[in-house]
Amino acid sequence: MTRKQRRLTMIGGSLAILAIAAALVLNALRDSIVFFSTPVMVAEKHIPPGKRFRLGGLVEKGSLVRGDHLAVNFKVSDGSATLPVTYTGILPDLFREGQGVVAEGALDASGVFKADTVLAKHDETYMPKDVADALKKQGHWKDDYGSKPDYNAKPVGTQGASR
Amino acid sequence: MIAEAGHYALVLALALALIQSTIPVLGARWRDPALMNVALSTALAQLLFVAASFAALVTLHVTSDFSVVNVFENSHSLKPMIYKITGVWGNHEGSMLLWVLILALFGGLVAAFGNNLPLSLRAHVLAVQAWIASAFYLFILITSNPFLRIANPPIEGRDLNPVLQDIGLAVHPPMLYLGYVGFSISFSFAVAALIEGRIDAAWARWVRPWTLVAWIFLTLGIAMGSYWAYYELGWGGWWFWDPVENASLMPWLAGTALLHSLVVMEKRNALKVWTILLSILAFSLSLLGTFLVRSGVLTSVHAFATDPTRGVFILLILCIFIGGSLSLYAWRASALKQGGLFAPISREGALVLNNLFLTTACATVFIGTLYPLALEVVTGDKISVGAPFFNLTFAPLFVPLMIAVPFGPLLAWKRGDLLAAAQRLTAAGVAALIAVAVLWAWTRGGSALAPLAIGLAVFVIAGALSDLAERTGLFRTPFATAMQRARGLRRSTWGTVFAHAGVGVALIGIVCETTWNSEYIGSMRPDDVAKIAGYALKLDGVTHRQGPNFREMAAQFTVSLDGKRLSTMTPSKRNFTTRGSTTTEAALLTRGASQLYISLGDTAADGAIAVRIYHKPMVLLIWFGPVLMALGGMLSLSDRRLRVGAPKAARVPRGLQAAE
Repeated sequence: MTRKQRRLTMIGGSLAILAIAAALVLNALRDSIVFFSTPVMVAEKHIPPGKRFRLGGLVEKGSLVRGDHLAVNFKVSDGSATLPVTYTGILPDLFREGQGVVAEGALDASGVFKADTVLAKHDETYMPKDVADALKKQGHWKDDYGSKPDYNAKPVGTQGASR
Repeated sequence: MIAEAGHYALVLALALALIQSTIPVLGARWRDPALMNVALSTALAQLLFVAASFAALVTLHVTSDFSVVNVFENSHSLKPMIYKITGVWGNHEGSMLLWVLILALFGGLVAAFGNNLPLSLRAHVLAVQAWIASAFYLFILITSNPFLRIANPPIEGRDLNPVLQDIGLAVHPPMLYLGYVGFSISFSFAVAALIEGRIDAAWARWVRPWTLVAWIFLTLGIAMGSYWAYYELGWGGWWFWDPVENASLMPWLAGTALLHSLVVMEKRNALKVWTILLSILAFSLSLLGTFLVRSGVLTSVHAFATDPTRGVFILLILCIFIGGSLSLYAWRASALKQGGLFAPISREGALVLNNLFLTTACATVFIGTLYPLALEVVTGDKISVGAPFFNLTFAPLFVPLMIAVPFGPLLAWKRGDLLAAAQRLTAAGVAALIAVAVLWAWTRGGSALAPLAIGLAVFVIAGALSDLAERTGLFRTPFATAMQRARGLRRSTWGTVFAHAGVGVALIGIVCETTWNSEYIGSMRPDDVAKIAGYALKLDGVTHRQGPNFREMAAQFTVSLDGKRLSTMTPSKRNFTTRGSTTTEAALLTRGASQLYISLGDTAADGAIAVRIYHKPMVLLIWFGPVLMALGGMLSLSDRRLRVGAPKAARVPRGLQAAE
């Protein structure tokens, strides 16, 4: 093989692998990404039942009902709308009423969000970033959700963090 | 006093780094050995001062001095001593201080052990190290000073995030940082080579041990982090394709590619331009990882308190270093002379293929990690790219790579014989086919993919062993001769065998865990029995006890197999009073390479506890594989060639030539 042929083989091989990778990426991006919505966005966008998405908002106070066999019902609210959620399983340690939550799943035919995963993605202020951004955008953000204590004043409250 | 002394030491380190950034470069330009050697003393002094600064912060944490914000926010007087120490880097400011400490450590090591480097190369390398160091000292001093005081000191601290109160924090971050920051050395060498416009096989020989050290630590650090997440977070997952995990995986992929291309450069003096690019990329991805984790663009357990100015500052550092080094590369790379020729089918060709697949896989991870951020900036839509994306892109790219792995070491340099290599791999191929057939028969009706994947893993392991058998002449010569040859083999050959086998071992673990993992979720009362994978787990009862800084509810389970009592397991839930948060402490029972895993959920009003039990077959292999890989790396590192073999540069006088 001449130098030119060798170089062409190399370049051709690299391009082929890159093309395959690009095809894989595009295909995967079409099928496997999950959008994030808050309850009011769900209402506006008319998300069809069965379409997977991530629901974020605050767990409405007093809405948590535990059923048999680890079934859990609660409502997620973003200040303007609420959406009922059902989940079967163990809730993460940081799941609390009145605090932020992100759940992944799909709507069923009756408009209830069936979650198969409940994430407790918090930073130190107990508020998932996606939820915080959405609430801010819709004007339902209260400053005390994310306020950082002033350490030269008296420290108030205790906070924690988790993945 | 201690806090101020620590702060002052850091300022002095910055001053030293600024001197080290400029004087040696001028020295190299004017060919003045005295000026070039300034870098030696400044690098060592920097190490001394950063170490002093770090020691000051450790002292503050150990003595629970709550007049320092960092200690107040992350410590508690009742916290066990080990967590008082590890808590130093269990927060943003402290972890950045650890980052620069390790950077200074590597700089100091180059200064101390770089005696055989050409004077100007060493001066340039240390100067580039100092550029990075200056940027990060400034970052710490301006945006994340760990030594800030509180005007009215509180009596008690706010405690460390309970999830981090674990022995994992003592091991995972230092290891990971040794890996991340270790790539700064290959980066500095690459930039120095570009500045000097000169690069040869000796350069690769100098860079390889440093890259290898970084890679070993990064491998172990990632594996450790994965195991920690597995047992600490309570849902038994070991890899979530979380952006923060991807941030560590990307430098690892680029670093692995770099290790392999350095071999080509050292042995055959080829792929110079590419190797330089990879050196730059590996460290750039480490910086990107630091940015993703520390800037607060992502929410995760790693993101601590977030502050936009920090994000902007790190982004600035990122742009300057990545943009600067890539521009330098674009400008100077053509000056580097191309080296040895080789046919596509050859050892070099195989290593190029390895590089192609690793960098492409790295690119898919890059896209999957950054696409959501980019989309949010552009359209405002929030999406998440999770495991399905990576399963569809990363996995298919790894399959051909794994098939190619055993072929590489069997091909000759320059021009290889694929057919001969295939013949030598017949035994490995047969072993793989047998594995597939046996598994298929055994798991009839199950997943068809799993036996194939395990067959692939067996092929990789058996291929590594056939390479060994081939080199020692096992089965062809008397056993004693083969043993003698095995002793005579170069350590780096053993390293290759171990590292490649490690990949196969990890794959077996991954496939077994994901395919044959069984799960039991339910609520249990005392004396209830849960059955899973042949084991019976009886809940004996629940006890409450008080820990140093938490209250704990522990449930005791008796595990039996076929009616025979094996052991007890006590998973627990800990309530940390100071932060008012709860952690789940899973209980693990190891049986061979498999594990039983119990974690507790909530307790219902009637006393029933929600329980999650997993049986994870062969799960330990997932981490045993990376340990094998790291062991292979260490064997390679101990190769005599890398220790004493580094030759003087071809023509010493040219080494003193300044860049034009």
